[in-house]
Amino acid sequence: MSRAYELRGAPLALETFGAWLLALLWVLPLAYALWTAFHPAEFSARFELTAPLTLENFRNAWEAAPFARYFVNTILLVTLILAAQLVLCTLAAYAFARYDFPGRDLAFALVLVQLMIMPDVLIVENYRTMSRLGILDSTLAIALPYMASAFGVFLLRQTFKTIPKELDEAARVEGASALQVLWRVYVPLAKPVYVAYALVSVSYHWNNFLWPIIVTNTVNSRPLTVGLQVFSSTDQGIDWSIICAATLMTSAPLLVAFLLFQRQFVQSFMRAGIR
Amino acid sequence: MNRRSSAQVHGWLLLLPAAVLLVAFTHYPAGATLWTSFYSTAKPHRPSAFAGLENYREMANDPVFWQSLVNNAWFAIGTIPVSIALALLMAVWVNGKLRGQGFLRLAYFTPTVLPMIAVANIWLFFYTPQYGLLEQVTGLFGLPSHNWLGSRGTALACLIVVTIWKEAGFFMIFYLAALQSIPPNLYEAASLEGASRWAVFRRITFPLLMPTTLFVLVNAVINSFRLVDHIVVMTRGGPDNTTSLLLYYIYEVGFKFWDAGYASALTMVLLVLLASAAVLQFGFLERRIHYR
Repeated sequence: MSRAYELRGAPLALETFGAWLLALLWVLPLAYALWTAFHPAEFSARFELTAPLTLENFRNAWEAAPFARYFVNTILLVTLILAAQLVLCTLAAYAFARYDFPGRDLAFALVLVQLMIMPDVLIVENYRTMSRLGILDSTLAIALPYMASAFGVFLLRQTFKTIPKELDEAARVEGASALQVLWRVYVPLAKPVYVAYALVSVSYHWNNFLWPIIVTNTVNSRPLTVGLQVFSSTDQGIDWSIICAATLMTSAPLLVAFLLFQRQFVQSFMRAGIR
Repeated sequence: MNRRSSAQVHGWLLLLPAAVLLVAFTHYPAGATLWTSFYSTAKPHRPSAFAGLENYREMANDPVFWQSLVNNAWFAIGTIPVSIALALLMAVWVNGKLRGQGFLRLAYFTPTVLPMIAVANIWLFFYTPQYGLLEQVTGLFGLPSHNWLGSRGTALACLIVVTIWKEAGFFMIFYLAALQSIPPNLYEAASLEGASRWAVFRRITFPLLMPTTLFVLVNAVINSFRLVDHIVVMTRGGPDNTTSLLLYYIYEVGFKFWDAGYASALTMVLLVLLASAAVLQFGFLERRIHYR
């Protein structure tokens, strides 16, 4: 907004008040969870400033379920998905951006189908496929449907298209092969897009739940989200302090990363969202 | 081989790995869903057999299916307009020069990065009868105790609130980007004309945000069919199926009753709904090209 429309006086005060009220309302559930997790159970719904702080709830949660294993599973899962996505999407995007081959436009349209019909809704058939492949209850089974990401292909294709063809041709004149050109010219120039995509992908798959709960059924492959659900629905009864501690623990890595790199996160979601 | 045809082969080779996985886990299952929906589900003494439209007939007579569809419509109506309006309001506030802008952006956006499954646990506690925060607040005003998630009248509304809380900050980002790309000279011209702040918003800002609104709208529609994580944690579709959404019902039929044939027929309904959203977006993408 230009200077003429900057708020002053009473309207400014009113809008500032509204904005803050909404913001406080928005952090309230999280603040509530923090309070409950860091205080003994008897204070879980009593708000007294003198309530003693404790890490006991976190220790109890950590000992009550194999969260260490769940963390390892989730980290393996997001790493596997991201690595596969980066390689597959880069290759496909390069083909779409710089090669002319028969059926290209049709193939691209078929890729875009996945933007609407995501693996998230094809759970019944994909489960049968995993069962036939004999890989149920494995990290690979959770990851496979997400490895070729239409969103990633689309995002990188748009980026590659903005890179001047002259750079490409200059490298080829010097005798670089197609893959060398891709690696030395395109990938470095698209770095901000890769960072944006990686952040969005990691947070999506760290948080994903429905498909993982369907294909996993043991501690060996369960990611954190599923582990948290199993923990809070069966093991725990209703000890809210411990459930809140477990909840915060599972979200902590993303939350801490977000607080540290807030600007990059917001910009990444902006960049990756506006296609 | 000449250069042109070798370039064609290279193109396909680069595409191949992604194409194989896409076909295997998107196109094949979409087609197989249609196929499976015409077959009965195998039972211990009865193998799967062609059943024609039997699954669809069952669906037409299944009150839970219709209820899930209606619930889904209410869920969409409840979440989409409010979360879009809030997102726009948040974006205008974060984009303006209000005090504590950094904190505002942080507060609005944080729910987006948290796992739905985790925030659903927090909200479950929030809604707990007797000693959840909500009950404590209503108790202060002397209101009678109410089981928010356990009552037919309020359970879906509770889920809608959680979804709005989770989504609004995400949509805010798109509005924020769009607001920042509006050329300032438009506002300068408007101020020379003496237009009011509200007139400027209605005549300049809002129309220029239209492509963003459509984009956000399509995403919100898709999300209203895709988001069911919180149902698993908070209500499991209850009480009396009042919070069962279509995808959640598919999950129940497919993985609790293990009826793949019927679950496939239900999935077909979801696919048709999503395809309609796709057609909508294509119309919008076409139109967006004309903006340039």
